[in-house]
Amino acid sequence: MTGSTYALIALGYTMVYGVLQLINFAHGEIYMVGAFAGLLLVTVAQLPFPVALLLAMGITALLGVTIEFLAYRPLRRSSRLSVLISAIGMSIFVQNVALWIWGPSTRSFRPPFPVTPLSLGGLRTNTLELLTLALALLMMVGLHLLVTRTKLGKAMRAVAQDRETAALMGINVNRTIAFTFAIGSSLAAAAGVMVGMLFNAVVPNMGVMPGLKGFVAAVLGGIGHIPGAMLGGLLLGMAEVLGVALLSSQWRDAVAFAILIVVLLYRPSGLLGRRTQEKV
Amino acid sequence: MALLEVRDLTMEFGGLRAVDGVTFDVHEGEILSIIGPNGAGKTTVFNMLTGIYRPTGGEVVFRGHRLNDLKPHQITALGIARTFQNIRLFREMAVWENVVVGAHTRLKSDFFSSIFKGPGTRREERTARERAYAHLEFVGLRGLETTKARQLPYGAQRRLEIARALAAEPRLLLLDEPAAGMNAAETAELMDLIRRLKRQDITVILIEHDMRMVMDISERIVVLDHGKKIAEGTPAEVRQHEAVIAAYLGASARAGH
Amino acid sequence: MLDWADGLLRGFINPYYYGILVTIGINIILALSLNLVTGFTGQLHLGHAAFMAIGAYTAGLLATKAGVSFAPAVLAAGLAAAVAGVIVGLPTLRLRGDYLAIATLGFGEIVRITLLNLDITGGPFGLRGIPRQTNLPIVILAALFTFLVLRSLVHSRMGRALIAIREDEVAAQTMGIDTARLKVASFTLAAFFAGIAGALFAYWFRYLNPSSFGFMVSIELLAMVVFGGLGNLLGSVVGAGVMTYLPEFLRTVAPAIAERRLVFYGALLVIVMILRPNGLLGTSSEQGWLEIWLARRRSGPQAARGVATGETPPPASTGGAGRGPA
Repeated sequence: MTGSTYALIALGYTMVYGVLQLINFAHGEIYMVGAFAGLLLVTVAQLPFPVALLLAMGITALLGVTIEFLAYRPLRRSSRLSVLISAIGMSIFVQNVALWIWGPSTRSFRPPFPVTPLSLGGLRTNTLELLTLALALLMMVGLHLLVTRTKLGKAMRAVAQDRETAALMGINVNRTIAFTFAIGSSLAAAAGVMVGMLFNAVVPNMGVMPGLKGFVAAVLGGIGHIPGAMLGGLLLGMAEVLGVALLSSQWRDAVAFAILIVVLLYRPSGLLGRRTQEKV
Repeated sequence: MALLEVRDLTMEFGGLRAVDGVTFDVHEGEILSIIGPNGAGKTTVFNMLTGIYRPTGGEVVFRGHRLNDLKPHQITALGIARTFQNIRLFREMAVWENVVVGAHTRLKSDFFSSIFKGPGTRREERTARERAYAHLEFVGLRGLETTKARQLPYGAQRRLEIARALAAEPRLLLLDEPAAGMNAAETAELMDLIRRLKRQDITVILIEHDMRMVMDISERIVVLDHGKKIAEGTPAEVRQHEAVIAAYLGASARAGH
Repeated sequence: MLDWADGLLRGFINPYYYGILVTIGINIILALSLNLVTGFTGQLHLGHAAFMAIGAYTAGLLATKAGVSFAPAVLAAGLAAAVAGVIVGLPTLRLRGDYLAIATLGFGEIVRITLLNLDITGGPFGLRGIPRQTNLPIVILAALFTFLVLRSLVHSRMGRALIAIREDEVAAQTMGIDTARLKVASFTLAAFFAGIAGALFAYWFRYLNPSSFGFMVSIELLAMVVFGGLGNLLGSVVGAGVMTYLPEFLRTVAPAIAERRLVFYGALLVIVMILRPNGLLGTSSEQGWLEIWLARRRSGPQAARGVATGETPPPASTGGAGRGPA
């Protein structure tokens, strides 16, 4: 369950990294904004759920594109260090602006539709959780189709492999990157909305941990590799549950980081990723 | 025993053999060129000689030492230095600082003496700096010592890379396309520089595409194509070699006249 | 003698500013040491607060539980953090920039969570009862020591090697630099100073809580270094000073802005990276304008050129300030 939300967030990271070789630290914050957008659209604007969800995704997509435009595009030719610092700065900026606007208290996010508990072969769940899972799967499949079947998907893959050549082939690199951010952000937003409802909590710092864990999931599956992100998300979710069962809930976050470090050390290309040699 | 012995050297990248069973010797004091069409594996050979890639097959022996498992800095200490195809200078450092870094392996001060500098360390630093200036003079970069490396014109940057490599006091110097992007005058200066290196008893292996220069300055040539050695010999022998002409489709070989 | 100096200072400075200066001093040590790793060696390090934490808790525990006196405890704190530096440095030497950053972040978080969960450290309630034994002269001396050590290191064989690693790691290896060992060494040295700073922190604030050493603190330290200039030691001093004092100042003048200071930090990082990727005050060679100006006043433009990289003019054997026969 948590795994699928991690997977959604991980997808955003992996897509951006694949295309730009950039770890978008602000991704966690985008997830958080998505949750707030969903909450406000449902409670304040009283929109029906599907509309609210789609609108939240759209708004967040715009946010993602704006962030790319402001913080990353000017630095396309700069060193890795500069871009990373800019990403961190953006993350802190967005998080604290949210804190400024919405205050530090946690808000309740009751799903605007009835949630009935279900029992599936011994597993206790409910309609909300199933919906989340279904949505996640739907989006992953959709993304996979997008990347493999459409022209945009091809453009994304081309830019990921070799930006300059892609540009020479007539691909509008800026637009492709913008789209990548848009899609990644909207996925994160969906995750944010679902998690907000699942835990009945929306708060400005909700993006930090999931953001980091989404990144761990992406790395676990092989950063830049889309199916890997999905696999990574699910595995991380399961590992966390296991960790909590074995140790205690206080160490839950540490599990994710421990996994991260282990993966980085022993298999930096992740489970499904490809090893890349640096060209000399 | 030859200075450098390359035996059956192979580099495989996930199914692709960039270098396939290459064998040749390099004798002390000679100027040897490695030529071949693009993608023939020349730079990969250099990378294996300097420890950046670990050969997947074969071996490299330099002055009796097996280089296969050594790290780059260990190989430099043994006496091999190089320049890069795509200039890799320390851009934010001054010209003289680049050269002194090249001498890193010949200097002795460790962390402690770097921080708490005794008279020995200070003397070493002074000497290193003087030597750096001398190397810069050797390659013709006098007067530019305090310029930042990234501000140098292209030709000067190439020469700086050579000065930096020389600072390591190598027995064997690997030059990777040093004449790339140079005009005729600069190329002539470069050839003069290489001859002066030979007079200093430095062995040189050269990767180059400028056939005129290669034919003029090399004592022996090794020709690679698709990772395999297809010819070896003096310039005259190689020029007439069928396989070589075929590999190049004759165009550049004839243009070298 | 230190107590005498302290008495003197306390006579001039009121307690409020005294406290700020102590904090600035501690942050200077932290910023300088972080600059060594990130600015000079080029390794983005997002877990520096964790080294500080290890130093702080080591000193705190030694002081409260083992009755160790000030100087040995501070030294032990530095050493403990240095050991951590080795532990972090060894595995990370294989990682490239982005991955390294995340790994250091992960390490920082693991340290924080561990401190939060151990009983001996007081867990979420923290560690109390550390005697106040830090004072301003001590902090000033420590900061000065750190600055001088790092400055000496930077203008030396090892310092150049670290910068070479930052500029181009592969080329550095080819020049005979054992990049793996040096990266670990740079982390370890930085961790040592951070540990000292942490110990001084413990002996000043007298109470330690894991939340004081989280990711955000590491980011604030990074902001100080970036602001002052990556690879610019004097800049780190200025950066630490400004970014420690400014929030304090704002708190009194405009409380609303002060609370939102993280908003500005975030924006600051982005804007500085876009406009001046080398940090506001630039790398040390750019900052050499000060030294050039000073040298020019002393003996004319020729000497000034040689000073541009912060070194003495070249030896006479090469014909004076870099210019010789054409």
